[in-house]
Amino acid sequence: MGLNDMHAEAVAGIVDRVVARYRRDPTCMLQILREVQEACDWIPPEAIDRLQATLGVPRTKIEGVAGFYAFLDLQPRGRYRVLFSDNITDRMQGSKALMDRLCHSLWIERGKVSEDGLVSVAQTACTGMCDQGPALLVNGLAIPALSEQRIDAIAELIRGKVPLGDWPPEFFRVEDHIRRPDVLLGCTMAPGDALRAARARAPDEGLMASNMRSWREGLPTGLGGPIAVLDEIKRANLRGRGGAGFTTGLKWEACRNAPLKAGQQRIVVCNADEGEPGTFKDRVLLSVQADLVFEGMTVAAYAIGATRGFLYLRGEYRYLLDRLNAVLARRRQANLLGANILGIHGADFDIEIHVGAGAYVCGEESALIESLEGKRGTPRNRPPFPVTNGYLDQPTIVNNVETFAAAALIALNGGDWYAAMGTRHSAGTKVLSVAGDCVRPGVYEYPFGVSVRQVLADCGATDTQAVQVSGPSGICVAENEFDRIIGFEDIPTAGAFTVFDRRRDMFQVARNYVHFFQHESCGFCTPCRVGTSLLRNLMDKLHKGAGSPYDFAEIEKLNHLLQAMSHCGLGHTACNPVLDTIAKFRPAYERRMMQRDFTPAFDLDRALAEARQMTGRDDAGAHLSTETGGQA
Amino acid sequence: MTTTKKLKVATTSLAGCFGCHMSFLDIDERLFTLLEHIEFDRSPLTDIKTVSPDCDIGIIEGGLCNAENVHVLRDFRKNCKILIAIGACAINGGLPAQRNHLSLPTILEEVYHTSPGLSNGLIPNDPELPLPLNQVHPIHEVVEVDYFIPGCPPSGDAIWKVLTDLLAGRKPELGHGLMHYD
Amino acid sequence: MNQHFMLDGRSIPFEEGQTILQAAEHAGVFIPHLCYHPEFKPHGSCKLCTVKVNGRHTASCTMRAVAGMSVESDTEEINAERRALTQMLFVEGNHFCPSCEKSGNCQLQATAYHLGMMSPHFDHFFPNRPVDASHPDVLLDFNRCILCSLCVRASRDVDGKNVFALSGRGIGTHLIVNAKSGRLADTDFALSDKAAQVCPVGVILKKRQGFAVPIGERRYDKAPLGEPVDTTEGR
Repeated sequence: MGLNDMHAEAVAGIVDRVVARYRRDPTCMLQILREVQEACDWIPPEAIDRLQATLGVPRTKIEGVAGFYAFLDLQPRGRYRVLFSDNITDRMQGSKALMDRLCHSLWIERGKVSEDGLVSVAQTACTGMCDQGPALLVNGLAIPALSEQRIDAIAELIRGKVPLGDWPPEFFRVEDHIRRPDVLLGCTMAPGDALRAARARAPDEGLMASNMRSWREGLPTGLGGPIAVLDEIKRANLRGRGGAGFTTGLKWEACRNAPLKAGQQRIVVCNADEGEPGTFKDRVLLSVQADLVFEGMTVAAYAIGATRGFLYLRGEYRYLLDRLNAVLARRRQANLLGANILGIHGADFDIEIHVGAGAYVCGEESALIESLEGKRGTPRNRPPFPVTNGYLDQPTIVNNVETFAAAALIALNGGDWYAAMGTRHSAGTKVLSVAGDCVRPGVYEYPFGVSVRQVLADCGATDTQAVQVSGPSGICVAENEFDRIIGFEDIPTAGAFTVFDRRRDMFQVARNYVHFFQHESCGFCTPCRVGTSLLRNLMDKLHKGAGSPYDFAEIEKLNHLLQAMSHCGLGHTACNPVLDTIAKFRPAYERRMMQRDFTPAFDLDRALAEARQMTGRDDAGAHLSTETGGQA
Repeated sequence: MTTTKKLKVATTSLAGCFGCHMSFLDIDERLFTLLEHIEFDRSPLTDIKTVSPDCDIGIIEGGLCNAENVHVLRDFRKNCKILIAIGACAINGGLPAQRNHLSLPTILEEVYHTSPGLSNGLIPNDPELPLPLNQVHPIHEVVEVDYFIPGCPPSGDAIWKVLTDLLAGRKPELGHGLMHYD
Repeated sequence: MNQHFMLDGRSIPFEEGQTILQAAEHAGVFIPHLCYHPEFKPHGSCKLCTVKVNGRHTASCTMRAVAGMSVESDTEEINAERRALTQMLFVEGNHFCPSCEKSGNCQLQATAYHLGMMSPHFDHFFPNRPVDASHPDVLLDFNRCILCSLCVRASRDVDGKNVFALSGRGIGTHLIVNAKSGRLADTDFALSDKAAQVCPVGVILKKRQGFAVPIGERRYDKAPLGEPVDTTEGR
């Protein structure tokens, strides 16, 4: 019996076990649904029946959440659910041919479930394996480095109904590819050292004053540490590594100063929802420096007086979950988490890991908080900001994985040490995810201020025409700009560094990114929900050769609307790849301006195909010429 | 309104009901004033069958339901300096477009095969008949349209307002009372 | 009410905590909107009420008024942007006004009139959205849904029923009802619910009431949106 047709009783048993593990807490809805999906292969209506009864949550709410996340299925999608990563780098590495090969080999149509309910093959957004693509996910687990041989072996395993646990372990091996370590990636600090340094650090304003302030603010007392740590973070001039670059010290201070209502606590959230196409450095940091990241979160908790922490791990990195939980368990054993950490009275803090389920928009901090609360990942209206009204309306800081790792180092070595690295406006180092057309893809850590040209030389890129820095929502850098530097004063970045050599068609790069934004729009606001679809249709129209100057004007109009009217950064930046490539690679577009005058987006002759088939006609009158605009 | 040479106006109904044309006649006695400034080319009002190559204004009622609609629309676009979409069907497909969520084979099956009372149950395949498109489209999806007069149908007053605005060289505008989609 | 901000050159008084839209409405200045309703918490999704505050675009239904701020609303630029958003809503769904019984009383339609929308401009999506006629008193025609979530909020916050919710994502976002069958008849929805009265378009329709008011006498036939109307009629 396949799991797809388990009867209600078995489903109810699974649901009850999962719900009990999450203490019947409806704010854990996403985690509960994710685990039900893992056990049942999908979320059957019987599971929703049971969830409704045991959690006391209306069905609409459950289906609303389940319907939002791409990795949760309200329809059966097979016992093996294969999703090919569809980043531009995967495409450049030949993912499409491999997907067709797998579909052909399994006798299925892309996007459909096989008739026996065994398998489905579809696509998903970038899975963060760009340095070792093409990649896919099978039932949520990553398989990188796809080749024809590997695809054939996967087809064989699926046809043989071999359980995933019995697949060759090397299929699931993910390489770290650390090409240039610096202070973060090369850190050899023993767990707890940064916390011990923080505890010992004397505050600027004097121990007594600091203790008085901590006491007034209800923070751990008896030591000058918390405020001193905050001072070091500020002195380090640390700015957020998620892309926006907000000053970390100010964010922490605002959260620390936010009043707590009765029963509330402060919250520390680590944003490991690394969804920007082309970026994978958080995956590597979590693989090799998990202790440093958790230590940074604990330092933050100590500094702001937070008692609860979350790491929000993107669903694509589900394979890291058990390892990360093991690190957390070890840290609890060592009294680096839990009550009275390192014997500091009142320093209580622990971390839970929540796993996402395929929604890029949850990388936006307020959407991430919604998702942590078990809801649809829709960005909130701001103000109020999370530092005062975050997780369950409590003061919350959300920082990137790399930011927390850097914070731990600052606690250990001091703000001055950190500020001495990098440039005046961009202190410290930046980890870059380098992929695309280069010999040595992987992660590179540089002090801020490194030039694009230097990175290209180090990774072995030749004949480069463009680099997409910080993914589709970042900027596209052309050859005449390669002397520009990575830093908040010039090219800010969340980490992606995708290289395109002269063989690549920059229009297709932009088109791939536009498809990405269309797929990931949350649908909340009109301009982004409809506008990203309209933009996708226009790019597809150009691709099909039906583009004219009219469509160019339309693209520009949509760009403006999305930037001006959208609810969040996703909509604001959805046009960046198009605007940038139009400005810098105009010939790639002009080649596609095949028509002089307006031409329909759809093929009129094909629109008669069904009628031809039904009538059996194929005379001249049963056809329509497709060109109307006149070739340009 | 300044009169120099009379403007040539062509009109047609594609996948429409001629309701907009009926409404055109509701301009009533103002038609005489209008005729001081325009002359009709191809139109149901003249029974001229082809559009002259030097038309000033083309007025299209109805959306695109079949191949012939496409030919006529292209002909109008080619020969008219200004193209006006009139009525709900030309502007968003209207009533005929409400078949768009059904597949064409389903519709043809239902109409010619499975409906009760059919004698031979064959789908007509005479080459004289235009083939239906798989979906009904408003005309701006196939050619560029210069102006729109919404309504189902727009009132005679609305049509009068747009035409007189155009004749006077103004941007056509419909205020409250004239602007309606039903 | 001793604080003021400037809206299109006019001084608007406001109370602490009021949004720009609330203060403007109070002062009798109309700003187009669809997902905002004075009885519910602002949602900020339709973006029709977008204004420029000190030169930056922002939704006026969620932005709190601040003394001295300078707000632009009724400008050619902003109205053109609002018109484009309205056109997006029209092509996203299936809005065939002549066969819709909400016509003449529809806020989307009236907004389009107000903004001078002569055509939908974009290519239509023509989505397939079956209607739900299962309920004895109410028809649900999802073709016209603009995802404003007013029914969601009304059912949850006023009726305490959670009959409606949004599911799906992106362009696939859609309204669902609280029943395993997916049919309204299998929910505890009632005609007397607040949720039955808040739909700004023609999704939630009372059966056997269609076209009761003749053309010419419907709400927006009598006065266009933004001009004072008899508020006892309800929305």
